[in-house]
Amino acid sequence: MAEQIVAEKEEKRGRLEEPTPKLILTSSPHVLGEDSIERIMWSVVLALLPASLAGLYFFGWSALQVIVVCMASTLGAEALFQKISGNRVAIKDGSAAVTGLLLALTLPPGSPWWLSVIGGFFAIMICKQLYGGLGYNPFNPAIMARVFLLIAFPLQMTRWPVPHPLFSGMDAKTGATPLGDLQVARLTGKGIGDAARLNLWDAFIGNIGGSIGEVSAIALLIGAAYLIYKQYITWHIPLSMIGTVMAFGGIFWMMNPDKYANPLFHLLTGGLILGAFFMATDMVTCPVTLKGQLIFGAGCGLITVIIRMWGGYPEGVSFAIVLMNIATPLIDIYTRPVRYGAKRAEGTS
Amino acid sequence: MWTIAGEGIHPIHEKGLTSSLSVGDLKLPNKVVIPLSQHIGAPSEPLVRIGDSVRKYQKIGEAKGFVSAPVHASISGKVIAIGKFPHPSGNQSNSIVIESDGKDEPVEGLTEHPDYLKLDPKELKDIIVNAGIVGMGGATFPTHVKLNPPKEKKIDTVLLNGAECEPYLTADDRLMVEMSREVVEGMKILMHIMGVQEGHIGIEDDKPAAIEAMRKAASGTGIRISVLEKKYPQGAEKQLIKSILGREVPSGGLPMDIGVVVQNVGTAVAVYHAVRYGIPLIERIVTVTGQGIQRPGNLRVRIGTLLDHVITECGGLAGEPGKILFGGPMMGIAQHTLHVPVLKGTSGILVIPKEDVLLKDFTACIRCGRCVQACPIRLLPNMYSVFAEAGKPKDAEKYYILDCIECGCCTYVCPSRRPIVHQIRYIKAEMRKAKNKVA
Repeated sequence: MAEQIVAEKEEKRGRLEEPTPKLILTSSPHVLGEDSIERIMWSVVLALLPASLAGLYFFGWSALQVIVVCMASTLGAEALFQKISGNRVAIKDGSAAVTGLLLALTLPPGSPWWLSVIGGFFAIMICKQLYGGLGYNPFNPAIMARVFLLIAFPLQMTRWPVPHPLFSGMDAKTGATPLGDLQVARLTGKGIGDAARLNLWDAFIGNIGGSIGEVSAIALLIGAAYLIYKQYITWHIPLSMIGTVMAFGGIFWMMNPDKYANPLFHLLTGGLILGAFFMATDMVTCPVTLKGQLIFGAGCGLITVIIRMWGGYPEGVSFAIVLMNIATPLIDIYTRPVRYGAKRAEGTS
Repeated sequence: MWTIAGEGIHPIHEKGLTSSLSVGDLKLPNKVVIPLSQHIGAPSEPLVRIGDSVRKYQKIGEAKGFVSAPVHASISGKVIAIGKFPHPSGNQSNSIVIESDGKDEPVEGLTEHPDYLKLDPKELKDIIVNAGIVGMGGATFPTHVKLNPPKEKKIDTVLLNGAECEPYLTADDRLMVEMSREVVEGMKILMHIMGVQEGHIGIEDDKPAAIEAMRKAASGTGIRISVLEKKYPQGAEKQLIKSILGREVPSGGLPMDIGVVVQNVGTAVAVYHAVRYGIPLIERIVTVTGQGIQRPGNLRVRIGTLLDHVITECGGLAGEPGKILFGGPMMGIAQHTLHVPVLKGTSGILVIPKEDVLLKDFTACIRCGRCVQACPIRLLPNMYSVFAEAGKPKDAEKYYILDCIECGCCTYVCPSRRPIVHQIRYIKAEMRKAKNKVA
C-alpha cells in the first residue's frame, strides 16, 4: 500500500496546483487587542495633567520651568542615547515623557534648571538606557533620579517655596513642608503638637508646601481614577501601599498622639498619593502578579512610614519604592500563580 | 451563570456577520480531496485504488490502530489520485482525490436503528468507530477513544461543548438553533454509552436563541443547559470543565482522569446520525465569514471540498485577501493556498482583508503582567517570550510550558505586540527536537 502511495504521488504531483493569491502566514492569534505602549504611556501623561496644572496654579511659573526643562531633558537624553547606540529613536512611545514629567513633579518648585537637566539625563542614561532601555530597567528611572538628586544636592532639593497662587501677587517665599515641620518637631524632642495640625482642606486641594506634583491630593486622585478606569493600573499597589501607611501610622498615633502624626496627615502630605498611584505602579519595575503587587505595595507603605517616623529624612516614599524595586524579582518568584490542574497532578504523580 | 474565574479575555465578537443566517447547503464540488489524516493519531490506510468508482458514504480509508479514524467518500465518483496534497495544517498529507460523477449516489444498505437507546454500549461504540467520527470542535480527537476510558477511570459526567467562544464563528450556534433535537438525541446516546446520569450542555450567553432552543429540546430529559459567561477561552475543554463542574483536569492529564467526557455539540449530532441512520461523517457545518468574503454564511460542506470552491460559491473574495484562516481568529491556522480541503474539524473559514492585517514589529516586554492575568492556565507567558527571545528554551520547561494550550490570550493583550504564542510554539518545537536527539 505504501509503495502505491509513493508511485501515485509521483504521477499526480502538481496536478491540482494553480496560482493562489499571495496570503500572509503568521502564527495565531490573528487579532490583537488595541492597547499599545504608546497609548498606555501617553495616557499616564494625560493622567498627570491635573496634578501638573495644580502645581502650576499653586507655584506659578517656577513650576512650569521645572516641568519643561525636565521633560526636554529626558526626551533629549533618550533620543541622544538611542541615536548614539544605533537604535531606533523611540521617544514617540511616551516612556521618556512620563519619566520627565514624573521627575518634575517630585522636584521643588523653582529648583534651578541645571538640577532638572542633571536629573533628566541621570534618569534616562544611567537608570534606563544603560540597562537596555524600556522594559529592562530594574528601578523606576524618575524615582531613582530623584533619590540621586536628593543625596547629591540636598540643599537645592529641600528648598520649598510657600504656595503663592497664580495672579495672587504674592512674592515667592520659602517655608517648609508639613513633613519637614514634623521632623523638626520630632528631632527637637518637643511634642509634635502644632506641626501635626494640618488644614485638611488646604492639603486636599494642594495649598501646602511640597514638590510640584505631590501637593494636590484631589488632582492626583482624578488622574488616578482615569488610569484605573482605563485599566492601565489596578488598585492593588495603591491600596496596599496607602493602606499600610495609614494602618501602621494609625496604630502608633493611637498609642501616642503626642509623638506620632495621625493617618490623615500621612495620607495628605508628602508624596504618598503621587508615589502610590503613579510611581509604585510602574509596570516595568513592579511584580507581574496581583498577589505580588499587594506584597510590593505593603512593603512600599511600611518602608515609607518607618522612614517618616524614625528616619533621617522627613519623607520616605522615594526610598521605599526604590528599595521595593530591588525586591521585585524575588516577589515574582514567590508569588508565581498556581497553574491550572497543578495540585492534583503533584499529589498523584 | 457559570464562568472561568478571573482569567481569560473579551476579544472582538464579530459573530453578527453570520449568527442569524440559517445553514445552507454548499453546491457540491466537482472534486474532493480527502486526507487520510483528519484526526489526532495514526493516519488511516487507503481502501481504494486509482480508477475505482466510489459512492457517497463508502469507507475509503480504514483506521490504523486504536487512536485513529476511518474516512469515507463524501461524494460519488471516481478516484483520480492518491498521494500527498496540501493539508490545512500547513504540511502535505496523503489524500484520496475523488472526481464527482454528479450523481451523489449513496451506498446501499445503511443500517438504521430506530430504537438506538436499546442498543448495547459496545455496539454503539462500534458504530461510532466505523462512522469515522472525531471531535468536531477543532481538536479532532477520535471520539471512540474518549468513549473508551481505561476501566479504572470512572466517568460520571458528559459535557457537550456549545460554548463557541472563538470570535466570528457561528456554526455551533446555528447547529443548536436548527438541530437541537439531534443534539439532545446524540447526547442521550453518549450518556447511555458512558452509563452516566449527569449531562450538561454549556453555551455562552451571547447565543440566546441557541439557549432557548436547547432548553426546549432538553426539557424532561434531565440534561442540563449551563449558560456560560461570554469570555474567551470559555470553550477550551479544561476551562469548560472548570466553569461547569468546578473541577480541574490534572496537569498533563485528560478529562477522563476526573470522570468527565467532553464532546462538541456537532460531534453529538454526528453520533446521532451515525447511530440512527447509519450515516458516516462526510459533511459538517462551516462558518464562512470575515470582511474579506462577499457572502458570509453558515454552510453544510462535504468533507474534502477545496477552499477555492467554498470561496467561489460564497461570491468570491471581497478585495485583496490578507489572511485566510481555517478556524477562528484566536486559534485558527493561516493557509498558504486555496487548494486545501475542509476537514472534519474545520469549524470556520475566515477571510481577513489585507488592510486589516497588522504586521508590526514587537518591542521589549515591559512586564505589565497583562498576559499573566489573562492566562487561563495561570502560567507566566511573559517568561516564555523572554526565554524564546534570548534563545534559552530550556529555561521555559521549569515554567511548565507544556501546560500551555496556545489559546492566544497573552498575545491578544500584549501592549508590546510580542508574538508570545509563536514564541511558545518555537520553544515547544525546540524541546521536541532535543528530546528526539536523546532518544
